[in-house]
Amino acid sequence: MIQRQNDKPLRVEVWRGTANGHFQRFDVPRRENQTVLDVVTEIQRAQDATLSYRFACRVGMCGSCAMVVNGRPRWTCRTRVAAVVGDGDALKLEPLRNFTVVKDLAVDMVAFFDKWRDAKGYFESGPQPAEDFAVVPPASPQRQAANEGIECIGCGVCYSACDVVAWDKDYLGPSALNRAWTLVNDVRDQAQAARMQAVSQGSGCLACHTHMSCTNFCPKHIAPTYAIAGLKRAMMRRALGGEA
Amino acid sequence: MSAKLFIAQRLSAFVLAFAVAIHLATILYAVRGGLTAAEVLGRTRGNGIFLAIYVVFVIAVAVHAPIGLRNVLREWTAWRGRSLDVALALFALLLLALGLRAAFAVYAV
Repeated sequence: MIQRQNDKPLRVEVWRGTANGHFQRFDVPRRENQTVLDVVTEIQRAQDATLSYRFACRVGMCGSCAMVVNGRPRWTCRTRVAAVVGDGDALKLEPLRNFTVVKDLAVDMVAFFDKWRDAKGYFESGPQPAEDFAVVPPASPQRQAANEGIECIGCGVCYSACDVVAWDKDYLGPSALNRAWTLVNDVRDQAQAARMQAVSQGSGCLACHTHMSCTNFCPKHIAPTYAIAGLKRAMMRRALGGEA
Repeated sequence: MSAKLFIAQRLSAFVLAFAVAIHLATILYAVRGGLTAAEVLGRTRGNGIFLAIYVVFVIAVAVHAPIGLRNVLREWTAWRGRSLDVALALFALLLLALGLRAAFAVYAV
């Protein structure tokens, strides 16, 4: 990549260690169209090979490179340095909040995906597979509702941004609840009662405070807050005797 | 929080929205031109509408506040389980008793 000769190098503070660690300072040259992930990769390849971080696709599809950048959770592969530092040259990189840190910038995603399972965030075809294709009109309200949440890449940015997750370790979190909402709107799914029960328990959708941090920070512009509101409505309809 | 508690909290909030508005408006109305115990009691004693509004208000508070407090305690402390539910049920009864006592005290002649 082209190095920008006239710019001062970036002053990058990178978290090293686990929950107990420290920030380590690196100076990294500014480059044209440089992303935050480019900066981390350059540090690892050119300055300190022991730096741990995670990435795969580099194009915003896989959801593995999320970190806290200058205090905000972001997908680093699609975040330009220029958009984060503005006129300054300071970059502070930390692992995602609300996750157990494995090392440096890499976090353990197990609890996060376990909650997808706990929220029944997976398709249930039922004991008898359907005999024919289900016809789902693209314009139907349920299909539209599912569409709005279906592009989640599981990056954990919403989970990192959520204060309720920080307070209540059992809270299912915006991503799992958003996934459950897409399945509540899947007319083929045969486990709706069990799913509604799973998301209605103490640390399910009712624990959401509607802070909307998840919706604010989601790199895919999904609105988990609205998905959770949908779950609350469905739960209330079910509790009051109607169908979800 | 269970679905029932959630619904109870939302419904009681709906009642409180009206009850609190009436309560505040009544305060503003009541204090015009000075405020004495005799004036207040003169308006409230034997006033069935006053009593009905405040009984509804007190019941809504007794439902709403303990559920909210339960959520706060669950989020900010490690207190969980039956002891928490019992403590907040007692808190609800306390609010109900104190509130109804106050409402009837200024109603009764």
